[in-house]
Amino acid sequence: MIGADPAAGAARARGGEPFDPSAAAARATEAILRDTLHGADRGVVVDSPPGAGKSTLVVRAARELAAAGRPLMVVAQTNAQVDDLVDRLATADPDLPVGRLHSSDPHPYDPVLDGHASVRASAKIADLAGLDIVVSTAAKWAHVRDVEPWRHAIVDEAYQMRSDALLAVAGLFERALFVGDPGQLDPFSVVGADQWAGLSYDPSASAVTTLLAHNPRLPQHRLPVSWRLPASAAPLVSDAFYPYTPFRSGTGHGERRLSFGVASDGSGPDRVLDEAAESGWGLLELPARRTPRTDPEAVAAVAQVVRRLLDRGAAAVSERSDEPVPVTADRIAVGTAHRDQAAAVRAALTGLGVSGVTVDTANRLQGREFDVTVVLHPLSGRPDATAFHLETGRLCVLASRHRQACVVVCRAGVAELLDEHPSTEPVQLGVTVKFPDGWEANHAVLAHLAEHRVAWRP
Amino acid sequence: MDARALAALAANPGCRRRALLDGAGVDKGALARALGAPANFGQSQFAHQRGNSFEARVKADGGADLVRLLHERLRDGSEAPGPGAVATPDLSAPGPQGRTARTALALREATEAGRWALLDHPMVSLDVAGSPAFLEPDAVVVHPDGSWTVVEIKSFPMVDGSADPAKVGAAARQSAVYTLALERVAAMVGEPPEGAGATADTARGAPGRARVRHQVLLVCPKDFSNLPTAEMIDVRKQLAVTRRQLDRLTRIEEIAAALPEGTTFDLRLTDDGRTPTRPVEELTAAVDAVEAAYAPECLSTCELAAHCRARSRAAGLVEALGRGVRGELGGLTTVAAVLTAATDGPADASPTGDPAVDALRRAAALRAEALASRPGAVSCR
Amino acid sequence: MSLITTLARMEAVREGRAQPLTTVRHRHLSERPLAFVPLTTAGEAGAPLGALVGTDRDAPRLLIVAQPRDRDLRFAFLAELAEEIQPYLDSYADEVELEERKETDPETGKKVPVQVELCADAPQLLVPSAAGVAFVRLLGRSMRFRRTAEQDPETPFPAPARVPLLGRWLTHYGERSRVPGSCLLLSLTELLSRHWATGQSPLEDQHLGSLLAWIDPPEGVPGAEAALRAESERDEDGLLRCPPAGPATDPAFDNQLLAPAMSRYDAARAEASQGVAGAEARLRLAEAELRGLIASQLRPTWDALWHGVDLLRSLPEGARVAERWKRDRWSYTAHRDRVRAGEPPQPKRDDAVTAAQKLAARETAQAQLDAHEALDDPLVMAGRRLAGEAFAGEVTDVEMAWSEARVPRPRPLITVRTEDRPHLAERVKLHRVLADGRAQSGEFVGFARTDGAAGTGGADGAAGTDGTDGAAGTGGADGTDGTTGTGGADGAGGAGDADGPGRALVVRLTGGMGRGKQPEPGSVPEKGDRVCWTLFEHAPRGGPELPDPESTPWTHGGPPDAAAPAHGPEPDPMTEEDYL
Repeated sequence: MIGADPAAGAARARGGEPFDPSAAAARATEAILRDTLHGADRGVVVDSPPGAGKSTLVVRAARELAAAGRPLMVVAQTNAQVDDLVDRLATADPDLPVGRLHSSDPHPYDPVLDGHASVRASAKIADLAGLDIVVSTAAKWAHVRDVEPWRHAIVDEAYQMRSDALLAVAGLFERALFVGDPGQLDPFSVVGADQWAGLSYDPSASAVTTLLAHNPRLPQHRLPVSWRLPASAAPLVSDAFYPYTPFRSGTGHGERRLSFGVASDGSGPDRVLDEAAESGWGLLELPARRTPRTDPEAVAAVAQVVRRLLDRGAAAVSERSDEPVPVTADRIAVGTAHRDQAAAVRAALTGLGVSGVTVDTANRLQGREFDVTVVLHPLSGRPDATAFHLETGRLCVLASRHRQACVVVCRAGVAELLDEHPSTEPVQLGVTVKFPDGWEANHAVLAHLAEHRVAWRP
Repeated sequence: MDARALAALAANPGCRRRALLDGAGVDKGALARALGAPANFGQSQFAHQRGNSFEARVKADGGADLVRLLHERLRDGSEAPGPGAVATPDLSAPGPQGRTARTALALREATEAGRWALLDHPMVSLDVAGSPAFLEPDAVVVHPDGSWTVVEIKSFPMVDGSADPAKVGAAARQSAVYTLALERVAAMVGEPPEGAGATADTARGAPGRARVRHQVLLVCPKDFSNLPTAEMIDVRKQLAVTRRQLDRLTRIEEIAAALPEGTTFDLRLTDDGRTPTRPVEELTAAVDAVEAAYAPECLSTCELAAHCRARSRAAGLVEALGRGVRGELGGLTTVAAVLTAATDGPADASPTGDPAVDALRRAAALRAEALASRPGAVSCR
Repeated sequence: MSLITTLARMEAVREGRAQPLTTVRHRHLSERPLAFVPLTTAGEAGAPLGALVGTDRDAPRLLIVAQPRDRDLRFAFLAELAEEIQPYLDSYADEVELEERKETDPETGKKVPVQVELCADAPQLLVPSAAGVAFVRLLGRSMRFRRTAEQDPETPFPAPARVPLLGRWLTHYGERSRVPGSCLLLSLTELLSRHWATGQSPLEDQHLGSLLAWIDPPEGVPGAEAALRAESERDEDGLLRCPPAGPATDPAFDNQLLAPAMSRYDAARAEASQGVAGAEARLRLAEAELRGLIASQLRPTWDALWHGVDLLRSLPEGARVAERWKRDRWSYTAHRDRVRAGEPPQPKRDDAVTAAQKLAARETAQAQLDAHEALDDPLVMAGRRLAGEAFAGEVTDVEMAWSEARVPRPRPLITVRTEDRPHLAERVKLHRVLADGRAQSGEFVGFARTDGAAGTGGADGAAGTDGTDGAAGTGGADGTDGTTGTGGADGAGGAGDADGPGRALVVRLTGGMGRGKQPEPGSVPEKGDRVCWTLFEHAPRGGPELPDPESTPWTHGGPPDAAAPAHGPEPDPMTEEDYL
């Protein structure tokens, strides 16, 4: 999707004119709110690249809609997202009455919400009637029946929502703001949906794809600035994963810095950490070998990098504070492609006495943010690249969670593996080709990482 | 090599044997027959007739119908071509070089004329590992704005707007080869008079200048009729793939350099050119001197696949069971190694340190336990 | 391919014959299935060349199209096909049972029980391969919009009477076959490869002859060799000894035999139409020759199909197969009712709501099938255990406990020793089957310490796990990641993963113990019992109701075009040389 004016702004700025990220972001936000509150269209779509302030936008739009006296329903995709949003809303405006519609399972929501006086939680929509804002998952909203439609809705993570899920809830609202990141993982179905490929309302497509196929003239906006990704990461992530919708980093080179209290011992993990502190990226390359998914050496290397990161007293400087802030375990994440890899890394970290570090798959790291991430490359040690491992969204999520630096651990030989990947994809008539291609994106990231390569040495 | 063969290179880019044989222009079908492992390929004359008669029907009226179909699918609001609006230049010339030159000239003239033109079976060439391959698209349409569209005519049907995705994919890859070859022509045709270094890249974009569109027109029978219908297909991805594969083909010199001195795939045909006289053992040794990367998918894309399958099975390689099996086997590459790893040693042995071996042992133990329970307890509680 | 299946394939390589993937049969097999082995004309997937069809393996009916370009001959073929298949389909329509179902009363809007008919059994169609299933769909699509002279006296090329009706039934069967675990229309290659692992690849298994050669090789011949023969052995004329399972023909057959025979037929027919002496006899001869040729290509596959049926019948049927077959019976009954009610043929494309409903129904059916197969079959369950989705072990401790509610409910803690490595996190829901077949729920508490007390569970994945989420997952189903979708219980293996094999897990029973303060007898396992817990539900239910098509929201294009003709879409346009 090529948004109109933020793209042009970013392009101009690249040409050398001074770029004021705050002003660019503010302009985009104003335009979004104008269309949302005063526009004539039933829908507004906002693309938000990683860390571009999507949650801030959602909270602000929700508060303004509530202030304008429009009852609002908010649709998110997971309970964690819903709880996070409710928490942010209640924190931003402790007097705002917010409803948390939840399932009837035991422990249906984060108990943190009970600490907000203005938040009411219930499994029944009738209990939440009259509240300014009601938030729930798409799955739960789909069971709501026999209610007056809401004047307005915000659909969060709309690119991760399936078209059929939107079909089930769209009757509940008159107008909606759709917000999401087109670069993350696409929705999928466990059964074949080929027979509907090419139809505008293909139920297995993303909600935004269907929405825009039927309403091509809806205003489309884009948040032009990533506040999370440092100046060292935004250009790569933008070029590799958002080739037609570029974005910029909100901070300049040198504004974010990573330093260590303890000098390098010359080992691979220490050297790759120094490289990452210096340049924002580090590739710790193990010798080429075909391995099973839970490659013990790669897992050990990942754990060792995390251990050394903590041992060396890493501290981060950023626009948030003048003083270096220690990078504690809760500011570090390890990302993997598979669950068993995550489990193996957790076990290895436990073995090294590390706790409190988030270790998860790309799926579950979506939407999260850390200072430093350590990524086990999805193609490391694999005998072949599959569509799963090549999926653009997976690599994009893994490469865009960090504020300071990202260390990738990988076996050598991935470039050759990519070269030998067969390209015999079937083509469905009428289906828009998705860019970037996973192959190209992987090569782009790999080429960049190669400049920050450190060979493994324990 | 024709476009289909070039497009098929992408089916298994890791196969050095195929890259070398194709790059060297070896007739793999004849080689496979000489090796005693012919491919189950072949074309039925019914399919051939059907394809020809459909193509003839599509082009019956001098291309006006075809151009109208293209114009409809463009949906760009431009004026529809009127009667007699489509030029159909004569492309006949002696020999492939002659036809290629004639095609380039016709493209230049049609582009400069600024009107619709249909080039029926033009000929373009593409440099494949140092020698030219001559390619013959079904048709190329020149638009009034100077852009060109590759037209691919296939006889599989589009039923209710959808078609066999595998066949459409193959058509897209084939069309991408033509598109790439045409881009080289466009670069020459579109060269500005000042001679500023024009490449395929710079030739794109500027109106009135030659450029090749990256959407091709796929024409197929509609539903169950003989009436043509068409869809535009975006071939940008396939173009990128083809470019990569052609770049890789230049590496065949490295592959060839690694061969034993004097390796040849000559079948030593008899004078009538039909019967190979070279001993099979010798030929097999020559073929085996280049490493193959056999996978079952080869069976439908490579004439030599039956031979490679036999060799792969004889060596007990796990890929013979499908590319997908390798994922969890780590460094174990043969069936024997996998079975040994799975069954050697007690099932409850402590971890070996190799997760693949540990997982295989657990799999073998679980499988044995379940099979031992037959036919008694069938439910698990 | 899962590791356990990979292993079975490798065992098959070693043994020289296919190895079992199941201990029971997971699909319903009718006592009287109708077999349909079609052939098409090369280059034109939609033009039938011939077929063997029937319920009697020893007396199939041979149908041929002597000249596929001739519309009259094609219509005659379709009429004969309908003559053979339609009575079979109809023969199950009248023997019914009464079932009680809740329906919305149109006046009160309340759900009231009503008695409805359910056909006692349903017709089952068997084809050789997946391509055969696709051909059934294509036939259905090409036939259901045809008009008979009775329907439309003006129609230029009226179709024989039963052709449009059979088209609707074939469409229904083709569509139903997309539902995981459904059995109205089955292909032998898919059936056999579900139950046996061969020593070749899944791609090669699509050749029925080759697949059977692995499962049941001739005495003394290794499977690989038998399969190779079945796939590619040719006679002295270069013709395949075992022609492909269709519907495509072998090009060598087309070029060497079929094309010349067809030319002779065309010539004789032309002469016969001009009244040339002796031409009628030559025409009959030419037609007989074509019948013989087409039969020669069909018969080996026909026999292979029934050979496969025999092999499958040797397996005992899984316990939950009948439950799924009942849904097929519902499907058959519902279509019978639609036809009887005079509803128009199925549309060319689903509307937005129908598409979403079908997708949701198939996802539910897939989850149910996966659960059923695992519960019916320890070998399938072994695969789920290997994948971390279930665990089995011995109960080593039972500690009675009660909930803290006003009326305390039993919540006993069960310690299970297992060598399996389930993907557990604290409070992950668990399920098992009780002796009487009912389901029992539980939740994971943690790993038992050596002193017997329960430690905490996995480090991660505590907050926000919610069974209702994750129907629409993100990511890509790789089996080990994301199948439960975002927000599903995709938690940690947790701290315990560092331990060696043989760990003790603590499970809190949360249901299936009756209503009293004391659990019902037999509902709590005892020390020494072997138990098997699954992380997946045993009877997963479908998603929410969707709006009516008339209420399709603006995001999905609004209600479908109200101006669409009530009697269904217009028939396909016909040209002089159209196919089918």
